[in-house]
Amino acid sequence: MTTHQEPEPGNDEAVATTAHGTTPAVVGDPIADPGLPPHEPRPTDVDPHAERRAERQVATLFGLSTLFAILFVVSYFVFDVGKNPTVIAGYGASNVALGVTLGLALLLIGIGAIQWARKLMSDVEIVEMRHPASSSEQDRADAVAALDQGISDSGIARRPLLRNSLIGALAALGLPAVVALRDLGPLPRGDLAVTVWKKGMRLVNDVAGTPIKPSDVEIGQLINGEPAVFFEDKPNGEPKFEGTRLNDAKTKAAIIIVRMKPEDITPPKGRENWGVEGILCYSKICTHVGCPISLWEQQTHHLLCPCHQSTFDLADGGKVIFGPAARSLPQLPIMVDSEGYLVAQSDFTEPVGPSYWERG
Amino acid sequence: MRLLSARLSARRRSPFAGLVVLLLGLVLTGGAFALFSPAQAESGQADQSTVAQGRTLFLVGCASCHGKNGEGIVTERGTQYGPPLAGVGAASVDFQVGTGRMPLARPGVQAERKKVLYNPDEIKALAAYVASLGPGPSIPTASQYSISGTDSEAVARGGQFWRTNCTACHNFAAAGGALPGGKYAPSLSGVTPKHMYEAMLTGPQQMPVFSDQVVKPSEKRDIIAYVKRLQSAPNYGGNALGSMGPVTEGMAAWIVGIGACVAFAVWIASHSVRSKKGAKA
Repeated sequence: MTTHQEPEPGNDEAVATTAHGTTPAVVGDPIADPGLPPHEPRPTDVDPHAERRAERQVATLFGLSTLFAILFVVSYFVFDVGKNPTVIAGYGASNVALGVTLGLALLLIGIGAIQWARKLMSDVEIVEMRHPASSSEQDRADAVAALDQGISDSGIARRPLLRNSLIGALAALGLPAVVALRDLGPLPRGDLAVTVWKKGMRLVNDVAGTPIKPSDVEIGQLINGEPAVFFEDKPNGEPKFEGTRLNDAKTKAAIIIVRMKPEDITPPKGRENWGVEGILCYSKICTHVGCPISLWEQQTHHLLCPCHQSTFDLADGGKVIFGPAARSLPQLPIMVDSEGYLVAQSDFTEPVGPSYWERG
Repeated sequence: MRLLSARLSARRRSPFAGLVVLLLGLVLTGGAFALFSPAQAESGQADQSTVAQGRTLFLVGCASCHGKNGEGIVTERGTQYGPPLAGVGAASVDFQVGTGRMPLARPGVQAERKKVLYNPDEIKALAAYVASLGPGPSIPTASQYSISGTDSEAVARGGQFWRTNCTACHNFAAAGGALPGGKYAPSLSGVTPKHMYEAMLTGPQQMPVFSDQVVKPSEKRDIIAYVKRLQSAPNYGGNALGSMGPVTEGMAAWIVGIGACVAFAVWIASHSVRSKKGAKA
């Protein structure tokens, strides 16, 4: 408030000066402070009947809340859950009743409290003036003095040996953390580039594990498949894959098998013998961010990913025809084994699923 | 038993032994073939009068798109006006006509489920006629699709098949979903077990085929049992909002939930009623 500058309407220079840091000063308040409006009492302040009515209202709300709390306990015990749940109008009675009663019990307490505050609690206008947010000059000077005192008492500036060895000790504390976090898991290394598929492994229907012959597959058919190894046991009777190892392997090896009319298919160069009589096999994992895809339109030969609408043309080498996916769907070369079942010619010839850093 | 084998062994050099073995072999092979040959290779064995009645109905109601002999009609641009029907089988007709999808009300991206226009006898006749055009899947028998007597284990197994093969298009709760270009996978509410079975068997429109050799008839029945259990289960958490997932649920949360919060906030901050009469000053 040291420099006083008269703000003049229409004077651009005065505005420019204030923009450069001088505090705008208001002199002779152009709009008078209207002050507080005159206090008007509520009906409940002046009318004893209204006051009593409001009191009854609030008490009723609290009473209803109590009632619903009790009803909650009652419905907890009354309605059956489990195998033969009580059903009311197509809804599970227990869940709906518990939710409604507890919700109303809480809501009515809230409504009652607000009604109490609005109608009955003291009703006076309060003015609270603003004050500066910073501490006083004295407090700030004291704080800096205390910090300086600490630095000089500890002698940290005078004793670099202590200071540096302390910094070294704190940095060394990071080593146990790094060593412990290392065990969160090995780096994937080359695992992303390979799957469990190998030459001669049978293609089977997921869930059931049924091996598939070409004659079983009709034109327009879709089979959600997996490699047979997930359904096989070791000599000791335990499954070859189980637990997280099974899940990890399954997410990469999942396939879809489709059959189209051979004349509809235009195989890319070098893939002419990757199918069997119009039966083609592709990875089920979208090359965008790895959702499993099986929205197969048998008439258009399009495979649509439900997550981001990437669309692949399976009659055209799994080429992307729409959406954010950047690479074609990897194809698994297949053939028929000596017993007539569909088997893989090899593993996938490229990594399945979304792109990753090392893949380029 | 030992007596029998002794007798057989004694007669193995009889002049008729070769003939008997040959006959036995033939009978066994034939019987085994009849037992194990795929069901869809059976063409409709309906009698001629039913086929004739079906042909009459076909000429009136279907031939304008599918051709007088069900050979299909190709447009000038080379697309199908009505596809050829040889080999689609009776199951396909029973599904398409039995759910009202056929006859088509108007050309469009997809035939929708609507009022059924033919009575069961007429559908049977139409199916018999189309089945006579070429071998295709026959209408499944009640023993194949009937879900009475399926236990919880079968329902759980059906759920696994459902989640693997069906949810991508039909939604986890069988509420249906959108496909590109205005096409859609329909909701399965109110669809009979027979029509569900026929849909899996024949792959109507964009739906893929799930043949009996890969998804076995018992597995199909488990899937149907799961869907029916899903549909009859009560809504434990209140209104499912169409089971459409985050879109409807999010809209309900924004409009109803946040709307209620805003209404309460407005009420809390609003001026309460003031009285003019007794200002105490």
